[in-house]
Amino acid sequence: MNRDDFPMLKNNIVFFDNGATTLKPKSVIDSVVDYMSNHTSNIHRGDYDAAIITNKLYDNVRNIVSSFVNCDSREVIYTSGATQSLNMVVFGYMKKHLKAGDEVLLNKAEHASNILPWIVLSKQIGIVIKYVPLDKNYELTLENIKKCVTSKTRVISLAQITNVIGDVRDVYSIGKYCHENNILFNVDGAQSVPHMRVDFKKCNMDFLSFSGHKMCGPTGVGILVGRYELLEEMDPLCYGGGMNSYFEENGDYELKSIPTRFEAGTTPIAEVIGLGEAIKYLMNIGMDNIHNHEMELKKYLLDKVKDIPNVIVYNTSSNSGIFAFNIDGVFAQDASIYLNSFNIYVRAGNHCAKELKDEIKIKNTVRVSMYFYNNFDDVDRLVSALKNSKDIFKVVL
Amino acid sequence: MDNDLRREIIMDNYIDPMNKGLINDDGYLKTRTSSESCIDDLSFMMKIENNIIKDIRFDGEACAISTSATSIMIRSLIGKSVDDAKKILINYKNMIEEKDYDKELLSELVVYDSISKQPNRKNCALLPYKAINSMLGELNNRD
Repeated sequence: MNRDDFPMLKNNIVFFDNGATTLKPKSVIDSVVDYMSNHTSNIHRGDYDAAIITNKLYDNVRNIVSSFVNCDSREVIYTSGATQSLNMVVFGYMKKHLKAGDEVLLNKAEHASNILPWIVLSKQIGIVIKYVPLDKNYELTLENIKKCVTSKTRVISLAQITNVIGDVRDVYSIGKYCHENNILFNVDGAQSVPHMRVDFKKCNMDFLSFSGHKMCGPTGVGILVGRYELLEEMDPLCYGGGMNSYFEENGDYELKSIPTRFEAGTTPIAEVIGLGEAIKYLMNIGMDNIHNHEMELKKYLLDKVKDIPNVIVYNTSSNSGIFAFNIDGVFAQDASIYLNSFNIYVRAGNHCAKELKDEIKIKNTVRVSMYFYNNFDDVDRLVSALKNSKDIFKVVL
Repeated sequence: MDNDLRREIIMDNYIDPMNKGLINDDGYLKTRTSSESCIDDLSFMMKIENNIIKDIRFDGEACAISTSATSIMIRSLIGKSVDDAKKILINYKNMIEEKDYDKELLSELVVYDSISKQPNRKNCALLPYKAINSMLGELNNRD
């Protein structure tokens, strides 16, 4: 779909590293270039024409995000990416509201950004991290979550789609359960928001984090959506210009309203504008169309690789465009280097899910992660390379 | 070097590397080295007695280049004096970084003399250098 919109695809590459970052369509590139070429200016501090254009575009991105994930625009905070968003939740809100002995439910398929901040917080204030066991397909179920909930459970924090197994968690049911049991629900949407329809309100999310560059937008920008009442109780992690109303010699100060108080300093203006353009672009294609297309490709790929005896697949059942595998007897990085010789771009490693090895019993995998601009020809090229991988070391050494 | 021979030496050391597997022994220097740029992650242990390298062992996960380079380097260094080992290490590093080096000192390690053609694999080849060099540095600190 829409392949002509992507300049990088003219290089005859197969881009299967969309879980790490995505290609940029011309409209996003043009919006960033337009800002830099025609109306470079800082936000909220200029009365000249260029600044007025920039302000309008920049502020409107909150409205675009709010209609995209169904939240209020005042609940949309611009961040540098999902990592910063998740850290703001943990250290800006949770640190203030949790106490020693409070339990946070995680699971071992999570990305580092949704585990390491919690580990640090547990060392700082004594919260207890509990890992919900995954099922036989390495997926997370509400049933297993319920088994881990106690009277001390205060937070359930999870990725809506995990970045290695790619299972889609039932955030609607989990959110409902959290809401009914007075448990905070923190969702890492880095791998879900770009690929499927996500509804912040309907799923009773308290916080939702995602990154711009994984959804056709620029790097360096992301979003934290937070329920307004919680944002009122959240502390900023950064203080400085743009986020204060006043401060005095005697130490008095007042912060600006939400969400501006969480956006100290000059924000990534070009990137925010680019992200807005990216979201408009995705909404125009339709998130259901994107998800369905990826699932068709995944099904096609699974069907083709089942006949290749030396390919080990770890996530046949997951309902997303993520495909984790190894070539039998070949270290993941060697496989990735081999595929690069066919201009097929994939990623090798633990994909920042460093505790997942405890569950799948293997530390490193090759990950194919698809997007709407991938097509059946891309899959055929991958399958052909994998079929011929018997002499892989003649290529990589 | 003939490419088939080069590949054969690398593959032999990748499939059946020398001294893979760590042991419980407090008489060894120890370090864990992971690559900043890729997913190689190896632990090393080295025993030095009377200024002679008596043993080097390693374990972990790494690609064909890192693993084989570690194996060949271990074979090259065991039995050498610390000073001779340092000479081998610095010449190996120079070779990988395309600087002047003494080929005679490096024996089979010269199979990596063209690794610079694959810039993303230079770090793989340098991983055992970094680990062993760091353990020798620690030795100096103890002195």
